[in-house]
Amino acid sequence: MSDITSQSLFELTSNVKEKKLSSGEITKAFIDRAEKSKKLNVYVTDNFEKAIDQSKKFDSNPNFDLKLPGIPIAVKDLFCTNGVRTTAGSKILNNFVPTYESTVTQNLWSQGAILLGKLNCDEFAMGSSNETSFFGNVQNPVGENLVPGGSSGGSSAAVAANLTPVTIGTDTGGSIRQPASFTGTVGLKPTYGSCSRYGIVAFASSLDQAGPMTKNVRDCSILLEVISSFDQKDSTSIDYKRNCYSKELSKDIKGKKIGIPKEYRVDNMPDEIEQLWKNGISYAKDCGAEIIDISLPHTNYALPTYYIVAPAEASSNLARYDGVKYGFRSPGQNLIEMYEKTRSEGFGDEVKRRIMIGTYVLSSGYYDAYYLKAQKVRKLIKKDFDDAFSKVDAILTPSTPSSAFKIGEKTNDPVSMYLNDIFTVPINLAGLPGISIPAGKDKNNYPLGLQVIGKPFDEQNILNISYALEDKINFKNDISDWWLSE
Amino acid sequence: MSKNSEYLIERENKQYEVIIGLEVHAQVTSESKLFSQSSTKFGAEPNTQVSLVDAAFPGMLPVINEFCIDQAIKTGIGLKAKINKKSVFDRKNYFYADLPQGYQISQYKYPIVGEGKVILDMPYGQKEIGIERLHLEQDAGKSIHDIDPNNTLVDLNRSGVALMEIVSKPDLRSPDEVNVYIKKLRSIMRYLGTCDGNMQEGSLRADVNVSVRLKGETEFGTRCEIKNVNSIKFMQMAIISEANRQIDLLEEGKDIDQETRLFDTKRNETRSMRSKEDAHDYRYFPDPDLLPLEISQELIEKIKSDIPELPDEKKKRFIDKFNLSPYEATILVSDIETSNFFEEVIKNSDVKLATNWITGELFAVLNEKNLEISQSPVSAKNLSKLINLIKDGTISGKIAKTVFEQMIDGDQDPLIIVKEKGLKQESDPKAIEELINKVIENNSDKVAEYKSGKDKLFGFFVGQAMKESKGKGNPQLINKILKEKLNG
Repeated sequence: MSDITSQSLFELTSNVKEKKLSSGEITKAFIDRAEKSKKLNVYVTDNFEKAIDQSKKFDSNPNFDLKLPGIPIAVKDLFCTNGVRTTAGSKILNNFVPTYESTVTQNLWSQGAILLGKLNCDEFAMGSSNETSFFGNVQNPVGENLVPGGSSGGSSAAVAANLTPVTIGTDTGGSIRQPASFTGTVGLKPTYGSCSRYGIVAFASSLDQAGPMTKNVRDCSILLEVISSFDQKDSTSIDYKRNCYSKELSKDIKGKKIGIPKEYRVDNMPDEIEQLWKNGISYAKDCGAEIIDISLPHTNYALPTYYIVAPAEASSNLARYDGVKYGFRSPGQNLIEMYEKTRSEGFGDEVKRRIMIGTYVLSSGYYDAYYLKAQKVRKLIKKDFDDAFSKVDAILTPSTPSSAFKIGEKTNDPVSMYLNDIFTVPINLAGLPGISIPAGKDKNNYPLGLQVIGKPFDEQNILNISYALEDKINFKNDISDWWLSE
Repeated sequence: MSKNSEYLIERENKQYEVIIGLEVHAQVTSESKLFSQSSTKFGAEPNTQVSLVDAAFPGMLPVINEFCIDQAIKTGIGLKAKINKKSVFDRKNYFYADLPQGYQISQYKYPIVGEGKVILDMPYGQKEIGIERLHLEQDAGKSIHDIDPNNTLVDLNRSGVALMEIVSKPDLRSPDEVNVYIKKLRSIMRYLGTCDGNMQEGSLRADVNVSVRLKGETEFGTRCEIKNVNSIKFMQMAIISEANRQIDLLEEGKDIDQETRLFDTKRNETRSMRSKEDAHDYRYFPDPDLLPLEISQELIEKIKSDIPELPDEKKKRFIDKFNLSPYEATILVSDIETSNFFEEVIKNSDVKLATNWITGELFAVLNEKNLEISQSPVSAKNLSKLINLIKDGTISGKIAKTVFEQMIDGDQDPLIIVKEKGLKQESDPKAIEELINKVIENNSDKVAEYKSGKDKLFGFFVGQAMKESKGKGNPQLINKILKEKLNG
């Protein structure tokens, strides 16, 4: 048996069920490794003591019928966890301990999983490099001083560094798929309405979705099966029959029509990304898929549209952090002064930037030119996909226009940072499912990902295509454990 | 049919007309809040009816309370308004300590109810007041400034309670019309059970828009909005004071600034709260946590079929069926409890007498004791018995008043009172004749005077006969027999 922490979720679950490993052993192995991995800065808050207790409790009365029997899992610190501090990567929630549990994490615990801790992320999930977190940047295990992507950067790093078997992130404009791509891991953003948003600290409500981040496609299918559920506590949750994604997982994609959108060939895209995409196309062909050139004409407008819609919603969603009820408060002589001090000291620069953008685009006199127009363009983008999906079953694109960059490289250039999301953002705007799988490496040996986009509620199809491609690509993430301390 | 009152404010040969529009905030009668399951009960300890959603904890999401939607539709039907099949909840963004989300969920461009109307019964005839729209929104919490000397305290019990904002067209022209309008609105909602209309508990409040113009002018003047006035009396005072303020400005040749004002009840004047330039930019946008609200024709039909008879229809029925005057009918239908009481009484007794007794004696007692009809000291059943005793001649109207006074004390049965006190009317002609004979015998001098032409003395004989019967003699019979005897 290989080292515990390098095992996939599927392997760990099988070993628990076959009584080859106990929950206690697994939990201890991950905690031991985490103790030696502080340099990566993936944890904001650990739950190690309670996790040990819970694993012992599981072992004393194990239930092997569960899908995640005694499996320790760390989650992004955007999910509210009952009794465990939840910060959203922000000073303003530095001391916030929820008395409730998000539906998605509750689904994990209901299937036997144990909370290992809360993973670092960009402040309020706003960022593409995990550098906006109040708790400091996260190191990408792929290479020193390399960003792990964002906003689910602690999550992607933790999976790649074998600090959690799997994790869940959230994706508003690429926050699962881009970090997955940067760390050589798998990340899926489900259809909007698949996973409940109840108990997830909101960034942009019409775009936010939770999703699995894993080492491979099979684990991804298992985790999606657990976290996706209809929830009456979220009015945007959709009641539909969800597949048993892991049971129905298949590499047979013969005859599937896969679309290649010409608009995703952007200017200045590195040759290696172009090459990666070509390889992906030929693998898909090898698997018997039919490749069809398609057009998504409004692709160019997706990024500006996103950077109107998301900040607009965020500016309103973040109004509740005012120092009155919970979280950080900086006292003032009167209410207005208290608001001003609390919010200017409590929020970081990127969050403030987006609150200002959002406030601006919703202001009277500007609303029609920005917010309303963006909503119209959003409809056109959605229609592009609807039209495309009348011809194809899925769409294949690169996940990101580049590989992981150096820490600090883009912090002073927000626009270049925002460009990272160029291939992922349209999928959120259209509410579609998208998955990023590791597909190759660049000249620095940094991982690169391919994205498979599906029809609404067609997660099974993109999982199957990814499963088939994964097999052909046979990606190996050679991570040297450079950060380990004794 | 519509006729304006001539409520005009005079200034040196000039007459100004006052234009009023109301935005009434009516609390929806519902066990739980608009987007959470917290209780809405009035008077609870501060912050005991607050859910995580009401306090806007991170990750909490609103879930629409469908009962409140039904209530709004019902009210819309009661206002003869268009129910919009699709409406949208928007966020109205502003910061305040008692607004936990930093925004109020309201309806902006697409309200649940569109145009409707309310008919007012004014002394000068009926007047139709247009309803612009009705929309649903959450109430905010309450800031309390006068408990702690250094801090403002916040009570979130009201936070998230469902309100209907009912916006009238600028069709009102006088404080009297405002009075009748609010009462009519309240009456309709109480009939429907969609708002209890309790102004003391803040279930009904209004923002009052006032402008003035010279009589005959067709353009509207610049209006001011007086925020959050919580009684009809204060609304009327605020309107008179604000209209005069505006007229004074115009008379001085000054302009009126469009602004939001507050009514200071102690000083009976309005004060500027914020000018148009300082007006909040609420940055309305559709709430992405809630899908657009879609209402099926089926639901509308279902609710329609459950709508009870409303005041206007009831009034018409009372006039047509019971031959009541429009005035009597208006009084009896103004409050659902009153009309129910009336209908209960007339199940077994005379309509005319019931109308007179309820609007006369009973209302007098209720007024005097400051009671609602639901707290009436005399039950409908016993009042109906009393009326029957009058109708069948058992007691006279006059005796009935004595009996009624006693009934008030613990809702006593009039039959028992009449029996115990021996108040039954004497209607035996023989007995009456006997006592009349006695009166004639004892007053022979007066009889002679009467016969010589002093007709006025007839009343004297009636009085004597009544006295002789200890007040129990049937008045009609006494009259009749006296006439026969004296004129015969």
